[in-house]
Amino acid sequence: MTKPPPDKLLWMYETMLLIRRYEETLAQVYLQGKRPPDIPPGLSFDIASGPVPGEMHLAAGQEPVAVGVCAHLRETDTVVGTHRSHHVAIAKGVPLDRMTAEIFGKVTGLGRGKGGHLHLFDPAHRFSCSGIVGASLPPACGAALAARLTGSPAIAVAFLGEGAAKQGIFHESLNLAGQWRLPVVFVCEDNRSAIPGAEDRAAAGASSAERAKCYGIEGIAVDRNDAIAVYEAAAVAVDRARQGGGATLIDVKTECHFGHFQGDARVFQPTTGAGEPRPHDPIATLAATLRRRKLLDDALDHRIRQRAEGHIAAAFEFARGSLYPAASEATEHVFA
Amino acid sequence: MNTAGHPAPGAPRILTTAQAIAEAIGQEMERDPRVFVMGEDFGRYGGVFSATGGLLERFGPERIRDTPRSESAFIGAAAAAAVEGLRPIAELMSVDLFGVCMDQIYNHLAKNRYMSGGQVKLPVVLMTAIGGGHGGAAQHSQCLYATFAHLPGLKVVVPSNAHDAKGLMTQAIRDDNPVMVFLHRGIMGLPWMQYQEGASVAVPETAFTVPFGQAAVAREGRHVTIVTLGLMVHKALLAARTLHTQGIEAEVIDLRTLVPLDTQSVLRSVGKTGRLLIVDEDYLGFGLSGEIAAVVAEHMDEVALAAPIRRLGVPNVPIPYSRPLEQAVIPSVTRIVEACCELADAKLKAAA
Ligand SMILES: Cc1ncc(C[n+]2csc(CCOP(=O)(O)OP(=O)(O)O)c2C)c(N)n1
Repeated sequence: MTKPPPDKLLWMYETMLLIRRYEETLAQVYLQGKRPPDIPPGLSFDIASGPVPGEMHLAAGQEPVAVGVCAHLRETDTVVGTHRSHHVAIAKGVPLDRMTAEIFGKVTGLGRGKGGHLHLFDPAHRFSCSGIVGASLPPACGAALAARLTGSPAIAVAFLGEGAAKQGIFHESLNLAGQWRLPVVFVCEDNRSAIPGAEDRAAAGASSAERAKCYGIEGIAVDRNDAIAVYEAAAVAVDRARQGGGATLIDVKTECHFGHFQGDARVFQPTTGAGEPRPHDPIATLAATLRRRKLLDDALDHRIRQRAEGHIAAAFEFARGSLYPAASEATEHVFA
Repeated sequence: MNTAGHPAPGAPRILTTAQAIAEAIGQEMERDPRVFVMGEDFGRYGGVFSATGGLLERFGPERIRDTPRSESAFIGAAAAAAVEGLRPIAELMSVDLFGVCMDQIYNHLAKNRYMSGGQVKLPVVLMTAIGGGHGGAAQHSQCLYATFAHLPGLKVVVPSNAHDAKGLMTQAIRDDNPVMVFLHRGIMGLPWMQYQEGASVAVPETAFTVPFGQAAVAREGRHVTIVTLGLMVHKALLAARTLHTQGIEAEVIDLRTLVPLDTQSVLRSVGKTGRLLIVDEDYLGFGLSGEIAAVVAEHMDEVALAAPIRRLGVPNVPIPYSRPLEQAVIPSVTRIVEACCELADAKLKAAA
């Protein structure tokens, strides 16, 4: 079992904190203007107004999955995310300021404001995502295939929700990866909150990790929402991909703190930021481990937290201070 | 008003479009035990677009059926269940998501009656949300009804208000063919999205149908015809109010269904006004606006035009996320007014 070395442990801790505080901040900013004072009767929440329009899917609580996997990745490795991707983007090194500007729809954003929260593209950091459930798997296969064909040592990782594991595209992608022994890792984030449906009823039969085996792919189940557990599973998967051993699916039981999307009927009042302490908060768990190993004390913790707040404040300042694209840009970039 | 009010006795009952749709489905389910509904997140949720609100409690989970995110499978299953004599209604939250199950729709649902030489019937209703203006960006803002209208074998319905939504939905459920019902998010009356003033209207309590292929004259006028549908009907009506103050009387035609298309109503109105503006929230290229323009062009032996045909639609670009860009591509009241004024001018030039 590959244990995370101290520098990785500290990186995971700091990145998890950054993700959590970023999402808490975003949850608050997202609410701004969503209840305008002249709101018409019957409308309790206006998804289109405020500095951040559109849907907002937050991943707070799922930090262990993002950092446990990305701790093993190099800049040249490809990561494809889902509709719930900020945590993965941050862990892959996507710059916070340009990501935030994109979420605000500003011209300084990753996609010049054209993609928004659901469609983040950062080719420099080899990260992308999309709003179509299941759409992350084929691009990861493609990037892995490209790596093989060009002789690159890079691998590719697709994140997916457990809802996506019920799509046909899941089975086809696993089949392709299995047949071609692609250097790819599928990471299924089972947050048990695919839109508040009866997910238990919607899932029939074997777990995703078991299904993977049917396609000649290794399947690893991680049943704790724990950064070290994910790190250890991902070490095996990433190593296998790099050594030419083919694909792996890691199925992580995780937890989403904010509900399906901000403003949905179930979670009409998004958490305001302070967030109640949770019995199994993965950040607290990792902090305790670090402290036990004398890798973390109050002073260092304080510095780490301040650094995170500094990054976040700078990112939101950058986003707010940036300009919107000129309307004439609407017709640009349709074709190369 | 956004939610159903409590009108004074005798006053008409106002419903949101979502409530009207749910009422239509509920009444048809009561009338016909073969009708059932499938979709994602009906359970505790009532469907993301609330078009099935309250139905689970009344009809239970066998007939208000939560599906896994296996869209090819459940939409294909709906087609086959219909062949077996049932009358499924399937919902997919957003038309943008239909890509994952297109084969089942355009190779099977739309064609099996034809390919079987008329032996099988596929009375399926596919219901979905369309439209932008809320920051949904390129994958959650499209209209795409023309894409489906292009495919022979599918009927295509796009209501603009609660009354028509109930009548058209009832008609769709009773129709023996596959019918796609496109519901603009902005007319549903959702608690989390701005809705269009005018979409919540009086709706009769008893079941009724609005026949397919009959456009409505949403406003009469004699100078210019605006042909449109869905949310854009309301923008056209707002534009018509402004135009009225400038001495231009616009007639607004609400198509209500694309397949079948009420060409007669279009021709009658254009014959009266001599000027045509088509307003569409779908893409401009190869779509509804081109179709309507072609219909009129093909009948120039019957109707006389006083000005060239004009169209307003989403230029051929994906819907951008950033608010100013989004506003730049989706037709606005202001641009409808401008286009109508230009049309009026075009007449003067032609006369000169
Ligand atoms: C093909 C497709 N079907 C449906 C949707 C609507 N939708 C958006 S998110 C979501 C839930 C997905 O669940 P899961 O993959 O488990 O991810 P989670 O939201 O739980 O993180 C659904 C059904 C979609 N975007 N794409």
